[in-house]
Parts: sequence; C-alpha cells; structure tokens
Amino acid sequence: MNALAPCVAPDGTAAAPIAGTTILRERGQREVFCGLTGIIWLHRKIQDAFFLVVGSRTCAHLLQSAAGVMVFAEPRFATAIIEERDLAGMADCNDELDRVVDRLLLRRPDIKLLFLVGSCPSEVIKLDLARAAQRLSVEHVGRTRVLHYSGSGIETTFTEGEDACLAALAPELAATAPDAALELMIVGALPDVVEDQFLRLFAQMGIATVRSFPARRAGTMPPVGPNTRFLLAQPFLGETARALADRGAVRLDALFPFGAEGTSDWLHAAARAFGIDEMHFRSVIAPGRERAQRAIAHAREQLAGKSIFFLPDSQLELPLARFLARELGMTPLEVGTPYLHRAHMAAELALLPAATVISEGQDVDRQLDRVRAARPDLTVCGLGLANPLEAEGLTTKWAIELVFSPIHGFDQAGDLADLFARPLRRRDVLKV
Amino acid sequence: MQLTVWTYEGPPHVGAMRIATAMKDVHYVLHAPQGDTYADLLFTMVERRDKRPPVTFTTFQARDLGKDTAALFQTAVQDAVDRFAPKALLVGASCTAELIQDDPAGLAAALRLPIPVIALELPSYQRKEHWGAAETFYQLVRTLAAPHPGGEGVASPAQGDMAKRPSANILGPTALGFRHRDDVVEITRLLGTLGIDVNVVAPLGARPDDLARLSAADFNICLYPEIADTACRWLERTFGQPTVRTVPIGHGATRDFIAEVAALARVDPAAALDTSRLPWWSRSVDSTYLTGKRVFIFGDATHAIAAARVARDEFGFEVVGLGCYNREFARDLRVAAQRYGLDPLITDDYLAVEQAIAALQPELVLGTQMERHIAKRLRIPCAVISAPVHVQDFPARYSPQMGFEGANVLFDTWVHPLVMGLEEHLLTMFRDDFEFSDSAGASHLGHGAAPLPQAGAAGGAPAPSAEADGDAASPPPTPPASGRGGWSAEAERELLKIPFFVRGKARRNTERYAAEQGIAAITLDTLYDAKAHYAR
Repeated sequence: MNALAPCVAPDGTAAAPIAGTTILRERGQREVFCGLTGIIWLHRKIQDAFFLVVGSRTCAHLLQSAAGVMVFAEPRFATAIIEERDLAGMADCNDELDRVVDRLLLRRPDIKLLFLVGSCPSEVIKLDLARAAQRLSVEHVGRTRVLHYSGSGIETTFTEGEDACLAALAPELAATAPDAALELMIVGALPDVVEDQFLRLFAQMGIATVRSFPARRAGTMPPVGPNTRFLLAQPFLGETARALADRGAVRLDALFPFGAEGTSDWLHAAARAFGIDEMHFRSVIAPGRERAQRAIAHAREQLAGKSIFFLPDSQLELPLARFLARELGMTPLEVGTPYLHRAHMAAELALLPAATVISEGQDVDRQLDRVRAARPDLTVCGLGLANPLEAEGLTTKWAIELVFSPIHGFDQAGDLADLFARPLRRRDVLKV
Repeated sequence: MQLTVWTYEGPPHVGAMRIATAMKDVHYVLHAPQGDTYADLLFTMVERRDKRPPVTFTTFQARDLGKDTAALFQTAVQDAVDRFAPKALLVGASCTAELIQDDPAGLAAALRLPIPVIALELPSYQRKEHWGAAETFYQLVRTLAAPHPGGEGVASPAQGDMAKRPSANILGPTALGFRHRDDVVEITRLLGTLGIDVNVVAPLGARPDDLARLSAADFNICLYPEIADTACRWLERTFGQPTVRTVPIGHGATRDFIAEVAALARVDPAAALDTSRLPWWSRSVDSTYLTGKRVFIFGDATHAIAAARVARDEFGFEVVGLGCYNREFARDLRVAAQRYGLDPLITDDYLAVEQAIAALQPELVLGTQMERHIAKRLRIPCAVISAPVHVQDFPARYSPQMGFEGANVLFDTWVHPLVMGLEEHLLTMFRDDFEFSDSAGASHLGHGAAPLPQAGAAGGAPAPSAEADGDAASPPPTPPASGRGGWSAEAERELLKIPFFVRGKARRNTERYAAEQGIAAITLDTLYDAKAHYAR
C-alpha cells in the first residue's frame, strides 16, 4: 500500500523541485478518513457486490457517519464486528467469519461478488483475509466470488481504499485474446452519467472497444492484457495501475479529466494511442470543450484572483488546483495531498504556478497555523474542520463533496467550478 | 463476531470524546490509527459545533507499527499540552491501539506533566459509547472532585445559615446529547423557581475546577443516568450527597421530580407546579382521537421508559412495544415493560427492531433516527425521542424534552406526525369522496404526505419507499404476503374502505380473530364479526 512506503517517490529519487514548486513533507496528526470510506461509493457502483468490513465497532460507526445520511433500507455493506471472545481465543475468528458470511449470503443470494475488507484491528491481529477469501470462494463457488483488500487506516487514506479494491480485482480479470486489437480501459469508479458521456465521446472518435473498470456488475468486469491501454480517471489509483501493468496493460499518461483542459488532454491521450486523426479528434471534442468553457465563465468571475488552500484529503487536490489555477484564475497557496504519486502527477505538477507550496502528509495543527497565517479566500478541508474554520471567518469548501459529486469531464466542469464558487457567493449574499 | 449494518452506539472512545468536547480546558489524547479522526465530524457537523473537539489523535500508520508508536504517543501528548494548555488531560486508546498495548497511562505518567492526567481504560471490544462516556465522566469526577472545605457533604439549609440557598449539581449532559442543551436550561430555570441554586452543571460547559467543587452542592441531579449514574453513585458514597433519580420527562414525571427535589432541598414545591399545557391539551376534546393509539417505543432506556409513561398516562396511548439498545440499563427497562404487560425488546440489532415494528403494526413509533427510517419504510408515523442523534435533533429553536416546557414539546412533536383529530373525523365521513381519498395523506404533513401505496390485491404490503434514502433494490424484510391469512377479495375490498390509519389494526384484529376461531377463509362476515368481537 502507498502508506507503507516512506515519503519518497516510488523510484527512490529525492525531492526535486518541479517547476519551482517545493514539497513540504509532514508527519503528525492526520485529519483524514481511512480507506473504508471508499465503500460508500464503491457499493453503489458495483451493483451486485457486497463489502463486508472485518473490524470493530469504530469501523461500523465510521461508515454510518461518513455516509452522512443513513442510506437506509439495506446497503450492500456491513461490518463483522470483532468481539472480546474472538480476541480472547474463545471463538476462532475464521469460524466466526465463515458463519457471518454464510448468514449474509443466505440473506442476500443476489450478491455475486463479496469483498472481505480488512481494517486496522484485523490487520493488527493479522487475521488472514486472503486465506479466508480463498476458502469462502471455494465454499460458495458458482454463486459468489470472494475477494479481499485492506481499507485499514494504518495502510490506506480515504480514496486509497478504492485503489486497494481495484488492485485486488485486477488479477482476477479475464485475459484478453492474445491477438486481440487494442482496447481502451477507463480506470476508476465514475458516476454512471459521466461514464456514459466518456463512452459516447470515445465512440464518436472511433475507438472500437472501450471498457470501464470497475464495471457496474461483477459479471461484466473487463478483460485485460497487453492490448489494453488504460486511462486513469482518478488520480489515486497507483496500486491499481501497477496491478494492471502486471497484466501487460499500458497506462496512457495524461492530465486528469477535470475542466476543459484536463478533459481534452485526457481524451487526447487515448486518441493518440489509438491513432485517431487529429482533425477528427478536435471536431469530436470541440462542442464539449466549448460547453465546458462557457459553463465555467460565470464561476470565473467569482473565483479569478482568489486564493485557495487545500488540506490533504483525496489526492484529487493537485489536479483540481491545476484546474482552478489555469481555467478559473485562482491562486493556489498550498496544495496538500495525503500521498504524492510523482509519476502519475508529473504533468499536473508541471502546470501548477511555481509559487505553489505542495505538501504531502499532514500535521493538522501546524497546517491550520499556516491556513490562519495565509487567510486564503477559500479553504478546502474535511468535515471535521469546516465549521470551526468558518467560525474563525474563513470560507471553506467540504472536500468530501468533490469525491461524491460528478465532477469529471466537459459537461461537469461548470458544476465543479460552481462547487468552489458557491461558498464565496453564499458568503457574499448572507446579511447575518 | 457480530454482523452489523447500522449501530445505535459508537465505540467507547467516542463516549469519552463526548465528555471531553462537552467540557472546557480538558484535552483528550487518543492513541488511534489514521481514520479514527472521522469522529470529529459528529461534533462539527451533526451538532454544528464551531470548534474542533479537543482531541488529538496520534494517527499512527502501518509503518509506525514496526518502530516506536509509544514515542509517537508521547510526542503527541507533549505537543497537545504545549499547544492547547489544558487544565486536565485524558489519555487513552481506541480499538486498534488497545491491541498494540502501548500503555498510554504509563507513557503519559512518564512525562511528569504539571496537570492532572486521567488514563482511560475503555475496552473497545466489550463496551460501547454510553458506557465510555459514563466511565470517562466518573474517572474525571473521581480524580478532580475534592472534599468540601465546609465539612460533611449534606448541608442542612434549614438548620444552618438561613441566608444560604440550597444548591444542586446537574450531572449528565454531554456533547452530542439528545436535547441536552435545552434540558439544562429548562431544569436550571425550574430549580430557580424553587429557590435552588445550581452549583455545577457537568460535563456540559464545566471546567476541571468546577468538578473540584462538586461536593459543595447539597445534592446531585442525575439527569441522564446513561452518563452520570456511575459518577453519582461515587459522589453518594464519597461525599454523602443524595441523588435525585427521577428523570423529568413528561408532566407527571416533572411533578415527581419537583417533589423529590423539594423534599431534599426542604423547599416548598408549590411554586414550581402546574405550568405545562400538556394536561389541558390532552384533555381537550380534539385529543379524543389519541385514545388507544397503538405506540411502539424504542431508544436509550431512560428516554424509552419515560416516553412509555407519558404515552400511556398523558396521551392515552396504548403502549404495544417497549425496548432499548443499551444493555447496561436492561434491568430498568424490563421492570418498566412489566408495568405495561409487555415483553421488553433489548437489542442493538436494528433489524430485530424493524421486525418487531413490522409485526406489531403500531400507529405511531417513538424511537431514534433508526426507527424513523424504519417507520418511514413501513409508512408509520414516527417522532424521535432519543439518541443516536442526527443533524435534525439540534434544532435552532428552544426545544427541551424535560420539565414543563419539555412536556409541551412532547405533546407537539408526538401529535404532529398523526392525522389531526378533526381531520380524522372528516376522513371517516368523506372517505368515499375522491377528493378526500386517504391516499392523499394528512394535509399538514407537507412533503411527508407522499401518496400512500394503493394496497389493492397486494394485501396492504408497504411498498418500497420511492424516496432517495430507500435502497429500492431490497424489499422490506417482512412484507405481509399477498392473500395472507386467506382474505377473500370481497373482504380485502371492504378493508380498503376503512381509513388507512386504523386499517392495520383492523387487519391484525381480524386475522387474530380468524386464527382464534379456526377460520381459514376471511370473508366479509369474518371482518365484521371480528370488529364486534374487539369492540370496546
């Protein structure tokens, strides 16, 4: 997992200033979610998958609290809460887990894919979920496939949970035919509406086979092989990219698809890889690109010249700062990210204004001191910090909304810009 | 292992956070992995607090485990003390840190801090949020409360200094409590009318110094036993302070509370009596329709037990189900359930609660936010009476549950989800008129009055909610099956002519009657025979 690696780039290189930026690395209290939180969106994306966290009451409480509202009826996730008797050896954890899974699958025979999701306690007591998943896969063969990954806070930060989930799925994907033609894979859970928009654009460009990973159903996960070219739709999928590369797939380097510029570059990377005629590519994206530019114009009036400070949250921070700086005229002061994947972020970093401070990791108290000193026009932060900062007179944007809302692509650029403009607009209209 | 989807209570360290956050000048250093900081948002978002909870999380990661998490903990403690300058420090471990056994107590002691350090042992794999809150409050009180310089605990205002007014501590209100903010105001006011001073309110708003002078009060008011009972017992033993245990929820309980308080303080209770509108609102004829409404009650034990008394004695409801999720108070709830001739439902499994509600088909549910969701799916009116809390449980307006104003609030909030009295008569009178179709729901409920499902041949099965918070993919667990109990088509049609708010009761009574009489097929006659049989 990413968090296991110390704060150096995967290739071991030391911090090299990129386009004049400095990288600030901090260790201290991190005000971030753990990887379990990804279950909130993953369970809605893969409609016949179930996520069973093997953890503590804290894990269950986190999921319920992070979901904000209780997504009632029965969600497709649950927690098998480890109890005293499991720890004291009075009950065998594996027997207990089998019993819980049997009961669950009896209740929900519609579940085709079950993820056993590791947590901090299960990792610390070294409960072998890999073996459990194997054993349960055999037991429920023909009905339910059982996989495992870790969403524990000691190994994953927030969106890294999705990365771990997809990285666990990648080795399970079917192989493409050895002589198959090039195929495109979009990697990362996107809202269905956004995914459909991208699929339409790729179809118009003339790319014959385009698949999404994860697919909406367990049975329709895409095959992968050396003929696969993939685009990361999300910036936090380092492990998934590596797992796909292990299967022979090739990552197409691009900006992430936020705003007109990012989306164009992202689509362009695919067009180049699939030999799409440049003129044709431009004509396909022109209407969307133009719509995106039109849609953000209004927010630009509000945001241009304003300063922004990102606290680390989802790894979306760098691409979003690039979008805000280049298309909306904002000034990023500090852009925090829980983890900096240098290779995947190289293009993004190169486009950020040189004066931007990039910080990796967190010491929340010190970082808040910097926020207070800088007094940015807008601070992007987690839910635990937003109201306290508002009470200090700082305008904030909840970071989690950037993860839960459709923000990718041309037709969401306006919505994305508006997410940042609305808190400022609200500050201006309120007379209380 | 316990399979859980939604939980009524968080882990015990969240209870400890509720105490630390309620107080001033207290800081809590929690040895916990990255991610446990989610709990901050409960306070800043749900309760809209304008400050971060005074909690430092060590947020260790996997790479720290191989090295020195103990040093990490000590650094976090020292930094927190330097930065926040608390007057008392709580230290402890969350569920994961409990497993790595770093001994926060010893590590903090080794730092020789100039302030009291209270080490919390909160067994995460056995206990839950309320227990954690109670234990934390008890440990704080135990460590900080000093003997009263005046000598023995129980002062005797009538005998001694005539100028000295009696005083009480109000114990139990916390951060994230269900209406604690307003209850404290109401009870303080009520004590004021009796001529009783409030010595300390704790933990809400208290400083460590305030806990030090708890013993100066003549007696303690255990306002929320889930939080304060352990501490009150210790104060009883240590300082001889008596405890007021009546929880003043409802008109009658408030009168009992006043009587108990007045006796202890040796003051005249008359000044504070009879100021709630509930009795007249309940006796006035519009409320006749409340008579015998079947109500299901679930929550924390204190609120559930109090609600049952109010429901039966002050609203004229029939309590058909009573339960709580906190086993620590199961005994009290069992005793209460016996008074209503009920089997108590003591569980923290919301699916079991849902089954009970579906089986009982009550006309009103008084519960937590969980029951609100269950009731919404089953299309049963519901009012919330207890934690766990939701952003809606922190209204901007003054809205206590306790005292006489609390009784007024109960009347309004419990009656609101029901069809109003006069409207109920109109519906009965005009039920065949298309414009008064009962599928329109109650007019005063606004958006809540979504069209009711057309029961038709489906036998009145509650349709999955079309609203956004329902996962339409999964059906309710116990939908009454079509044709259940052998209803004839004619009897089904007749059932539909009965207003929806008594239809469930009519169906249930008819089926019970048929079962008792050994009738396999329910006809029109069976329906009316049952009606006559159950007529009272």
